Amino acid sequence: MLKPLVIAGRQIKSRLFLGTGKFPSSQVMADALEASGAEMVTVALRRVEFDNPRDDIIAHIDQGKYLLLPNTSGARDAEEAVRIAKLARTASGWNWLKLEVTPEPNFLLPDPIETMKAAEILIKEGFVVLPYINADPILAKRLQEAGCAAVMPLGSPIGSGRGIKTADQIRIIVQQATVPVVVDAGLGLPSHVCQAFELGADAVLVNTAVAVADDPVTMAKAFRLAVESSLAGIEAGSMSEGDAASASSPLTGFLR
Amino acid sequence: MQIVLNGKEYELAGPVSIEGLIKGLGQDGSRLVVELNATIISKELYSASMLKEGDTLELVRLVGGG
Repeated sequence: MLKPLVIAGRQIKSRLFLGTGKFPSSQVMADALEASGAEMVTVALRRVEFDNPRDDIIAHIDQGKYLLLPNTSGARDAEEAVRIAKLARTASGWNWLKLEVTPEPNFLLPDPIETMKAAEILIKEGFVVLPYINADPILAKRLQEAGCAAVMPLGSPIGSGRGIKTADQIRIIVQQATVPVVVDAGLGLPSHVCQAFELGADAVLVNTAVAVADDPVTMAKAFRLAVESSLAGIEAGSMSEGDAASASSPLTGFLR
Repeated sequence: MQIVLNGKEYELAGPVSIEGLIKGLGQDGSRLVVELNATIISKELYSASMLKEGDTLELVRLVGGG
């Protein structure tokens, strides 16, 4: 049996984390959350837009049921990330944080140096830090040594749906990990989730693939089933690969 | 009296507290986080905190995101 997923001493019920951005409506988001079975859901922090009153999406998230994981999206350096983190802590009422520092707008790739700096500051300030990183094994190791509660390597750029282009690196991150590894970003299909777990990931974070699907609620269910399928496959103990064929049918008693 | 509200210059007609401003903007203060001149202000202080000329105020909240 797989051990339960525990982050910073807290058991997390589902290994599928779901983002709440880009959904066509708050109701569809709420229904997708339900269908996904996720417990950990990410949110962002933004200025209130007075002339563009948007639906208060957070009001549709039952905080007795879901754990809010605010992110620091929009931060371009460590200083901005720390500022956003403190505002997010006040808004969410707790100290868990997805740390992301993405200075470059085209690919939104995380800045490793600023992420490391911000993580060190935030951990000292008592945050539970889950950093979004490129799939760099050395960086992942440095962040876990600094006290991060998990590491979140990307499969491919945020929202690209390109799947896991970093498989070899994620495998190394998993091998040396002492904290949970959450594959985040780029997962576009349920099969990408299966690949992440087969590489040894402890959890996955999906947003765009669900939110922009023609039917987000059904897609949320598809991702939940992919997680269940992957985990069942791992628990069942998979066969090992071989170079040559190994006949599935008996090799005697042919009609000749 | 002028302040900077969420990155834009904003004219206040007269003395007003953070609470008064939030209400005047038609917002629900319980859903917001307020940062005044780079310091987070706790909700209990909204009514007592009067805004001053040149203050920089940020009103933020959680939104959907990944």
